[in-house]
Formats: sequence, structure tokens, C-alpha cells
Amino acid sequence: MAINAKTLDKTEYFYGHKACAGCGGSLAVRIALKVLGERSIAVLPAGCMSAVGFNFPQLCFGNNAIISTFAGTASMLTGVEAGLRAQGIKDFHAVGFAGDGGTADIGIQALSGAIDRNDNIIYICYDNEAYMNTGIQKSSLTPFGAKTTTTPAGKNIRGNLRPKKNMFEIVAAHGIPYAATASIGYINDFMRKVQKASEIEGTKFIHVLAPCPTGWGVPTDATVDIAKEVVDCGLWYLAEYEDGEFKLNHRPSVFTDAGEYLRKQSRFRHLKDEDIETIINARDKKWDFINKNFK
Amino acid sequence: MKPYLRNKIPSSPEEIPENTAYEAGYLVTKNAGWRNVKPVISIGKCVGCLNCYLYCPDGVIYQDNGKAAIDYDFCKGCGICRKICKTGAIEMEAEK
Repeated sequence: MAINAKTLDKTEYFYGHKACAGCGGSLAVRIALKVLGERSIAVLPAGCMSAVGFNFPQLCFGNNAIISTFAGTASMLTGVEAGLRAQGIKDFHAVGFAGDGGTADIGIQALSGAIDRNDNIIYICYDNEAYMNTGIQKSSLTPFGAKTTTTPAGKNIRGNLRPKKNMFEIVAAHGIPYAATASIGYINDFMRKVQKASEIEGTKFIHVLAPCPTGWGVPTDATVDIAKEVVDCGLWYLAEYEDGEFKLNHRPSVFTDAGEYLRKQSRFRHLKDEDIETIINARDKKWDFINKNFK
Repeated sequence: MKPYLRNKIPSSPEEIPENTAYEAGYLVTKNAGWRNVKPVISIGKCVGCLNCYLYCPDGVIYQDNGKAAIDYDFCKGCGICRKICKTGAIEMEAEK
């Protein structure tokens, strides 16, 4: 049965949390837990979602949830899954919610190990494109040109010098049973992917783009719009990897203006026309690759 | 189980757990004081499409008799629901 607003579990499992108004990451966690249901054990490393979800005695998860070490999201998921299996407990999901830093920088070895062992876990990376929890420092998923406190925009250097790490394809290169990219701007697509992941045996990875109004410099009500726009302008894509094949889920017929998308955000406001051209050229190159290699 | 507000804030040493585990969904504070503006739903215009419910980062919108309703205790007033509403049934009003 197709999952949508009407068929979704009505219970909230992530409620009363202290995330900033309009937080994209909390929307991703909330929706994923509603799809997976009460019998999921959430593992959260250091990051926004553990900082806003566990402020004793304000504990905002209605299901079982635990904070892991920063580097150990995937290894704790392995342990949770193995421990419950050893006790004969069935019909549960071990799900991890790590940020972009906790996935692509600090937790990448644990994730790689879990995929190697093919542990039966779901790993969701909510990507807000910097270490937002500690005050906006660059991670390896911060896109080119973005201003953060560690990649400031000045006279000589204009924000982040390096492109976003290609986490989706790095994970897929392990030969993982299921990997996907998503965006909270296309929430039905995200829900479908979480549900699909829950039905597959082995390691599952979902990389969901979750804008942060605080770090990106957009109004709090623009989170969902900007998450849609990044897909529409081609700077992010919705795809899946399954059975050794890449599949594109959404192909914009024409890209919307990427410059307009960038200029809406204060983290990109310093960019010159030539920087925007660099970004657009990189996007076109990426899409050449997608068109060639994705179904 | 949905997390809900409790009457008791654990404060004495006996009430605070010695290990790191505690009851799930234990809420002691509201988020209502965070917002400057609040969403107000015109029930006549609401068609019950549930888009606002789906996209609310705080999950404070729920279904009530086929229409959307808001838990103002935990709404932070971000305004995503107003933007997502196709029928224009949600307006933001200043908090007094």
C-alpha cells in the first residue's frame, strides 16, 4: 500500500523537541519514525537531533532512543540489532539518525564497517550541510561556496573551497542492498524510501537533504520550499541504488534558476557571478554523469 | 507512544536516575513561548488534505473531524504550514 498522509501512523514519536523553528532535520526524523513505527530503536550520535531530543528531563522520543558516540552510530546500530536478535526479539527496526558531519566525516568508518558486515540496520543521514549544532562549521557535505564559521567569506576566499562529498555513491560502491537520496521537500518520496528500506534485509542507507534555516540563512517558513528548489534546480537529486543499479526517481524537465536558489540564502550571498557559474558547471557535469549511469 | 507533558519535574537526588536510562517521551516544558506569530486555521477553508500535518517539523498539527487542528503548546510558529496550505486556510497572527 502506498504510504501517504492518510495512511501514515497518526502517533507522533518525536514531539516537544527543542529544535529551532522550521528545522528540516527534525521533520526528517519525525516522518521516518512515523513510517517505521513504535518498534524502532533510534540511535543518535552527537548532533542537532540528539541535542534537541534529549534534554533531561525533557525526553522527546516516544520510542526507544539512545545517544551513541559521535563516530559510532552504525556500530551501535549493529550492537542493538545483534542484541535484540540474540534475545529472540523480532519485528523491530534499528534506525540511526546522524547528521552530515556524523556520517560523512566522523562516522564514515563505522558506517563502512556495518555495510561490509551487511548488518540489518537502517542508517538515515539528515544532511543540513554543516555542523549546525555547534554553530555552523564546515563538514565534508558542505557545498562549494557556502559560508560557515570555518570557511568564512572574505576578500580572497569566498566560502567553502571544496565540493560536497558524494556520500551516496561512496555508500553504493560498497555494494549495499539499498541506498537512496531524498529531500524533505519531496516528503512522499522520502516516506516511500523509508518504507522500502524497512522491508529490505541488510544494511540500508538514506541520505535526506534537510535544510537548516539558521545555518542557511533563510526564513523559518522557507525550509520546505528551499528543499524542493534544490532538487528542481538540479543541485540535488532523488535517486536509489538497488541490485547494483542506480535509478533516478525524479528528473526535472528544465532546471529552475540555480543562481536564484543560491541568492536566497545568506550563506551564499557573497558569491560572485563567476562562482555561481562554477556551481552551475559542476551541476551540469554531475547530470551528464547521472544521465549516463543512472536508469 | 506520543511524548506527553508530566506533572512532575524530577529534582531530588532520589528521582534522578543513577544510570543513563529514563522513561521515554517524558516532557516537562512547552515550546509555546518560543513563537512571535501563531498559525490560525480557517476551518471553512480547510479541505483536510493534511499537507500541513505532513510537513510540520514539530508534528503539532493533527486531524480533528477531517480538518487540521493545532497543538499550541508545542507550536513554534515557523509558518511552514501557512506556506504549504494550498487553499490559503492558514494565516499567521501576532502573539499578544
